[in-house]
Amino acid sequence: MSDALKAKIADVFDEPGCEKNKGKGAKEKKKGCSKPLTPGAAAGGCAFDGAKIALQPITDVVHLVHGPLACEGNGWDNRHAASSGPTTYRQGFTTDISEMDIVMGSSEKRLYRAIKEIVAKYSPPAIFVYSTCVTALIGDDIDAVCKHATEKYGTPVVPVNAPGFVGSKNLGNKLGGEALLDHVIGTLEPDDVTPFDINILGEYNLSGELWQVLPLFDRLGIRVRACITGDARYRDVASSHRAKVNMMVCSTALINLARKMEERYGIPYFEGSFYGIEDTSTALRTTARMLVERGAPEGLLARTESLIASEEARAWQRIAPFKERLAGKRVLLYTGGVKSWSVVSALQEMGMIVVGTSVRKSTAEDKERIKEIMKGDPHMVESIPPREMYAQLKKGDADILLSGGRTQFVALKAKMPWLDINQERHHAYAGYDGMVELVRQLDLEINSPIWEDVRRPAPWETVRAERTPSAQLPCEASP
Amino acid sequence: MARITPSRKACAVNPLKSSTPLGAALAYLGVEGAVPLFHGSQGCTSFALVLSVRHFKEAIPLQTTAMDEAATVLGGADNLEEAIMVLKTRMKPRFIGIASTALVETRGEDFAGELAAIQKRRAQDLEGTTVVFASTPDFRGALEDGWAKATTAILQTVVAAGPRARAAVAAPRINLLPGVHQTPADIHELAEMVWGFGLEPFFLPDVSGSLDGHVPDAYVGTSMGGARLDEIARMSEAVHTIAIGEHMRVAGDALEQRTGVAATVLPTLTGLEATDRLVSLLQTISGRPAGPRLRRERSQLVDAMLDGHFHFAGKRIAVAADPDLLYTLVRFFGAMRADICAAVASTDASPLLGELPCEVVVGDLADLEDAAARSGAELLVTHSHGRQAAERLGIPLFRVGFPIFDRLGVQHRCTVGYRGTRELLYEVANLFMAQMHEHAPGDFADAVPPGPIVEDTRHGRAFEPS
Repeated sequence: MSDALKAKIADVFDEPGCEKNKGKGAKEKKKGCSKPLTPGAAAGGCAFDGAKIALQPITDVVHLVHGPLACEGNGWDNRHAASSGPTTYRQGFTTDISEMDIVMGSSEKRLYRAIKEIVAKYSPPAIFVYSTCVTALIGDDIDAVCKHATEKYGTPVVPVNAPGFVGSKNLGNKLGGEALLDHVIGTLEPDDVTPFDINILGEYNLSGELWQVLPLFDRLGIRVRACITGDARYRDVASSHRAKVNMMVCSTALINLARKMEERYGIPYFEGSFYGIEDTSTALRTTARMLVERGAPEGLLARTESLIASEEARAWQRIAPFKERLAGKRVLLYTGGVKSWSVVSALQEMGMIVVGTSVRKSTAEDKERIKEIMKGDPHMVESIPPREMYAQLKKGDADILLSGGRTQFVALKAKMPWLDINQERHHAYAGYDGMVELVRQLDLEINSPIWEDVRRPAPWETVRAERTPSAQLPCEASP
Repeated sequence: MARITPSRKACAVNPLKSSTPLGAALAYLGVEGAVPLFHGSQGCTSFALVLSVRHFKEAIPLQTTAMDEAATVLGGADNLEEAIMVLKTRMKPRFIGIASTALVETRGEDFAGELAAIQKRRAQDLEGTTVVFASTPDFRGALEDGWAKATTAILQTVVAAGPRARAAVAAPRINLLPGVHQTPADIHELAEMVWGFGLEPFFLPDVSGSLDGHVPDAYVGTSMGGARLDEIARMSEAVHTIAIGEHMRVAGDALEQRTGVAATVLPTLTGLEATDRLVSLLQTISGRPAGPRLRRERSQLVDAMLDGHFHFAGKRIAVAADPDLLYTLVRFFGAMRADICAAVASTDASPLLGELPCEVVVGDLADLEDAAARSGAELLVTHSHGRQAAERLGIPLFRVGFPIFDRLGVQHRCTVGYRGTRELLYEVANLFMAQMHEHAPGDFADAVPPGPIVEDTRHGRAFEPS
């Protein structure tokens, strides 16, 4: 690992914006925030994966992966970060380095030529170059190649130093944020600044969720300068340093970005969520308050309260018809972070019973929130081994599992309802509209007729119990 | 003879390849009670896992030695040992198949030696679990190579060596070594064909029981079926081995060398001629003629070809796939008199590519898209990642190979034998029929060379006899 990357990782692991990090000693900090991996029992993506997740939603740039095939070849176009325009980000670009490149040391040259080809054929506003384990191991200096290419071709070429083996997906998210800080944010000066400008950090517009929320800001006259990085354009991100307020959505992913934008450009930030009715209202209210504190006219506050009142009422009204069909149903929530509590209140409002919520990836504050919402009976669980979860579901300990793709088949093979609430999901669950959609999907899934059908014993399983005398055969069968 | 053109680009755009270790993992999943293990960083496993889950719509047991930077530089033997022991304790697999990745192969270690030392040192702890290793760096080959290498590694570790000791049995065994693109449905079809000749087929790898999509009665953490290890050991008792696809030649040869069982490589089992070759071989091995079912199915395929060939003739088709699958598809479409206007292979591994009647580019899906646009292709044939290109080109995409993540039921699509070919033929012909458009004057713009029009006499101003 280069010294620069080492220093960068040490810097990311020292995060005064994070309560948990502040409580750690110097030695603990060095270890970072992810638990050490156990060979043979590890799950989840690597740092490269994390950096890609954080940056790929920038729709108009080319994301070029410098490494052997698998890093990009096995993973491109695999998420549902939606775009309202350009589709360049959905194409896969990789140097696909060969054995010869490694042996002959020609991989840097290959990278340089790849950049040249991309500029010539696609002329994107920028190219993001991702290092990977192998190219980092053999000592390719992507910073130097990118710098040289930027000068030569006049297209910004941004190095993203997050090879997989430096750590987890979460670390990769942060290293992706660092690349934006070092090479993108603040490189373009906007000429259209208003006192109503905000950025949203850590929102990736999965399944179009950003578009469930943007109309709310539109109604308030608040402009989202840049969503970093959902449905973003390169220029939006490059000029995002002139926003008045940053809202940080996915709490742990880009906290370094939020804090450093505050340090460098004086943009205050807050942490909020668009999952859940109450949380959406809080996010709108906080945005408005902070904008007013920074000089926006006070009328914004009243406008916001009025919008919240009408939108909340509308959401509850749309949710009401489902209440009868969902009341009393038991939910096992197996996710992490903000989602572990942000949907709980909506489920409880339906009269649903949360029989457990996992807190694997949750922070201390997340856990406090859960305790608060679930009134002293939080049923917080750490990770559940798949075999155990299968047994619980098979026994009928819950009526539905809300989780991500990794546990999808645990539920389905136990013939139990399941709803995807992680990043691969196809439905959008953000804002007031998203909660209504979530409730609708819950109803469709829990009350589907297939459950009774697929659990019915096969004919040969019942035959012994009720051995049919020949007289009872259907009459068509008799001669 | 085809010209094979290597890609000269430094940048692969929209990769066609899936990785070599992933091919190995799929082969390992064709063994019962298996957990494949990637020797590499956690990301190598995570990407392969997610892609496989999206293709099969099944939980895929796939683990990692979780190499971090320090372990990579200092050597990964400790991680390898820990991973094997953790897997053994937690999942109790009967089989662990290890595939190396680009990361560990770049540093370069004696993995086979390390594994042998671990197995010796931990012999007691590892009792009841067979461990196999295949060298499959991502920077060498693609899916077909990984699959073939893993199969060969299994054969060389598990099959009893030496001359065959065949018991006199009613149904002589034959070994079948399917290629990576054979689906569970293909394997079922082949099994039925082989049974029809009074032979007992044995498949390695056999994904028909593990990746066919079924609901087991209890929780299974390892592969949910597949070739049994004790049966694999008995592959030396077979009377013949059939390897399917050029990439499985290496496995067939290895088995022949180890056991003396003669191996035949059949490059493809799709198409009338290819199926006839298989049936002839089975007739020879068994000494029996084909039964009534096969005869009827051959007749049905011939009928399908007669009805369907009108829809294929002259159609411009652009195909991209791994070499053996590409060979199969180009041969199939060519036999129906379609024009292959672009053929892109993921690697140049198969010598058969040189026999194809068209130029073959070794490249990516951007090469396919460019060639398809240049030649006015009417159908794109490749895996699901071709969807963006098909949309931009405004032509339909026929999904083949791996990965197919935006369609259900791929494991049940059969394209081998008379019946499978018939189904493939109908499926593609129906795609063309769905695209058929009503003719308009513009279609015939070139019918007559341009010249002066004397008088427009059509529609209402028709010629009136004087």
